[in-house]
Amino acid sequence: MMRRSMLFLPGNNPNMLINGNCLGSDAVIFDLEDAVAPDQKDAARILVRNTLKYMDFRGCERIVRINSIGTPYWKEDLKALLPYKPDLILLPKTECAEDILTIDAYMTELGSQTGVMALIETALGVENAFCIASASKRVKALFLGAEDLTADLRCKRTKEGREIEYARHRLVVAARAAGVDVYDTPFTDVNDDEGIVSDASLAKALGFTGKASISPRHVEVINAVFSPTQKDVDYAYEVMEAIALAKEQGKGAISLHGKMIDAPIVARAEQTIAMAEALGMRRGDF
Amino acid sequence: MMKLVKTIKEAVALCGIKDGMTVSFHHHLRNGDFVLNMVMEELAAAGLRDLTVNASSLFDAHAPLLEHIEKGVVTGLSADYIAAGVGRAISQGIMEKPVQFRTHGGRPNDIRLGRTPIDVAFIAAPTADPMGNCSGKYGKSACGSLGYAFADAMFAKKVVVITDNLVPYPLADFSISENFVDYVVAVDAIGDPKGIVSGTTRITRDPVGLVMASHAARVIEASGLLKDGFSFQTGAGGASLAAAKFLKEIMLKKNIKGSFGLGGITAYMVDMLNAGCFETLMDVQCFDLDAVRSLRDNPRHREISALQYAAPTGRSAVVDSLDVVILGATQIDTDFNVNVHTDSNGYIMGGSGGHSDTAAGAKLSMIIAPMFRARLPIVTDKVTCISTPGKDIDVLVTQGGIAVNPRRQDLQEKLRAAGLPLVEIGELKEKTERITGTPAPCTKGDRVVAEVIGRNGDLQDVIYNVKE
Amino acid sequence: MKIVKVASAGTLESSDAFVEVAPAGEGVSLEIDSVVYAQFGEAIRQTVLDVLKDCGVEAACVRVADRGALECVLRARVETAVLRGKGEE
Repeated sequence: MMRRSMLFLPGNNPNMLINGNCLGSDAVIFDLEDAVAPDQKDAARILVRNTLKYMDFRGCERIVRINSIGTPYWKEDLKALLPYKPDLILLPKTECAEDILTIDAYMTELGSQTGVMALIETALGVENAFCIASASKRVKALFLGAEDLTADLRCKRTKEGREIEYARHRLVVAARAAGVDVYDTPFTDVNDDEGIVSDASLAKALGFTGKASISPRHVEVINAVFSPTQKDVDYAYEVMEAIALAKEQGKGAISLHGKMIDAPIVARAEQTIAMAEALGMRRGDF
Repeated sequence: MMKLVKTIKEAVALCGIKDGMTVSFHHHLRNGDFVLNMVMEELAAAGLRDLTVNASSLFDAHAPLLEHIEKGVVTGLSADYIAAGVGRAISQGIMEKPVQFRTHGGRPNDIRLGRTPIDVAFIAAPTADPMGNCSGKYGKSACGSLGYAFADAMFAKKVVVITDNLVPYPLADFSISENFVDYVVAVDAIGDPKGIVSGTTRITRDPVGLVMASHAARVIEASGLLKDGFSFQTGAGGASLAAAKFLKEIMLKKNIKGSFGLGGITAYMVDMLNAGCFETLMDVQCFDLDAVRSLRDNPRHREISALQYAAPTGRSAVVDSLDVVILGATQIDTDFNVNVHTDSNGYIMGGSGGHSDTAAGAKLSMIIAPMFRARLPIVTDKVTCISTPGKDIDVLVTQGGIAVNPRRQDLQEKLRAAGLPLVEIGELKEKTERITGTPAPCTKGDRVVAEVIGRNGDLQDVIYNVKE
Repeated sequence: MKIVKVASAGTLESSDAFVEVAPAGEGVSLEIDSVVYAQFGEAIRQTVLDVLKDCGVEAACVRVADRGALECVLRARVETAVLRGKGEE
């Protein structure tokens, strides 16, 4: 499963929901939280439930952002949606391991195996990132929410993102330490075509698995940034060939282009090839 | 020689118009046009009856025409496009004689060949001199190109130029020459500038439109046609414009120098010209003020007549040299026939315009349309009206997949190799109906209200009245 | 389930439907206005009746202003309106 891009779709907007699987993202996030006014929570919950129930989203993962466990809605949300098997639940305002244990217990009570992605968007959440990521097997990923975080930090959210540098590093390290995926916050200026490229490239360079988006316009760029390049793919195949050859010749240590090939490089090559195959990329000439 | 007369009434009298004659109009002033209504009012006041109106297009501003039809002043109608307001009345059966629809190329061609003789052409001209040299590039009612008026001027028995910007003789930069003009009338206003040209149409923000546009640009890129010398036409709809924007980005990135942009010209095509994507724009009609300005000021932006644009039996037409055209559709069937004449309930709300002409000429003719609009699937078993025959359509781009006409296996292979999401058109129909449900078929009336005449002059299809 | 007050759900945006339910003595009265009435009028009627039945509503006045909503959207809007208009159980 590949999750380069995740697109937020407002939970009470039929036009966006019914076309969500055509917008090019690897996953969509049906949003019951911030995109829905308090007096429409019931309407959005039923609409999203019906979207899960009746619409064919083959080839596109369905994630639901429920309301946070500090609200009166989250249990209703889970009760309505889990029977229709969303691929993941995105839990907003996750601040500590306790929050995970709470949702885990309720989901277990409902008999659900669905995984949880923890949305970390407070200072406390950032500091507790590793505890959150390792609190339960149900946690499949961390997700950085920079808008709420910067409000909590009492600083201004900027395009350059200096104010969230620490949070980004911290989340990547915590998630990787716990062995789960990690996703970057959306870039919010939908008209800045260059800004999204550099913001996504930065996230990729820092180690994020993928990036969320609030605009369909950003999906293509995010997919491109988080896809392996032809060079990456070719190198991965070279690594695998060198390994095979070494095995044949009974060699232990192998080098390629003067560089030692060790286990992490092999693991990464395997990941790259898996992604390339999913994307239909072939080995180029070299 | 004195061509200048004081009033339209006087011009009408001098032309000797009689019952049963044909008068013609162009539609460059679009929904802002005053001229057709002014002239028809004079003709009605003169007690004339049984006239045929041959207009290149009719807009909702021309609704007063319906009254002349009801009173028997007008009994024949021919146009390339009829907007919903007038179209609805026609679908309700207001006329005895079926309306004749032609294409933008077919209309001037039939005028030239004498199949549809015009007795008097009334030409709205944003600027003219007293001898009839006229242009659309200048004046308060500037509309840019006068492309659709050339055939009328050249072949009508009498030609009246009506202007609201009379300039001293000679108007050097004329489009239509005094050679063809019998009378000139100056009036206060030939149109409402707000309805003549639009402001710049914004590129769509609709996510589905953007996805289709992105697919469209990638199809063009994968087709092999996008190389130096490339030529292109696109509509003024939101998704088509977005496709042009994506195409421009690809062309600039790959440093591709195209040859020409064609058609109804918008600010986006002008932008592509100025960015170096094209050598030339060939302009039969301007859609916005940027296009008007560019036509006036940039010698690489050329005005062309509808004959040169698209006439099928001239020695050649620009559409014959066109690489790619992006077109719209209200319906497309599994044989790729396209309907742009009627809406989902069967009411007339459009027409071919240059649709069939460019589709026939272009090496790649592409339809962009969403899988469904307001629950109505775009792909049907059989279109209500064949505006453009399926043999001339190469590919349908929707947000849910790209369907290639089986006739174009070569294209299919290229798009597959580029990793584009291909779908067989029948499959696309089924996929859409799984989402929307299957619509109940429309019940059509039993009376023919319009004939759709193909670009070569043959009867291509008919449109029936709508039972209410 | 009994409708005890006037309640509505949905919007008049494209691809959505606005549904209003009101209490009624007996039976269901249904008023449909739709941009796709010719093609889907009967399907819309059936969908609304289905949802009312699933919700156990036997008496109601229902008004639907449909802007080309897909069936799953229409179902959601009817259900929401019913839940908003139902009495305490």
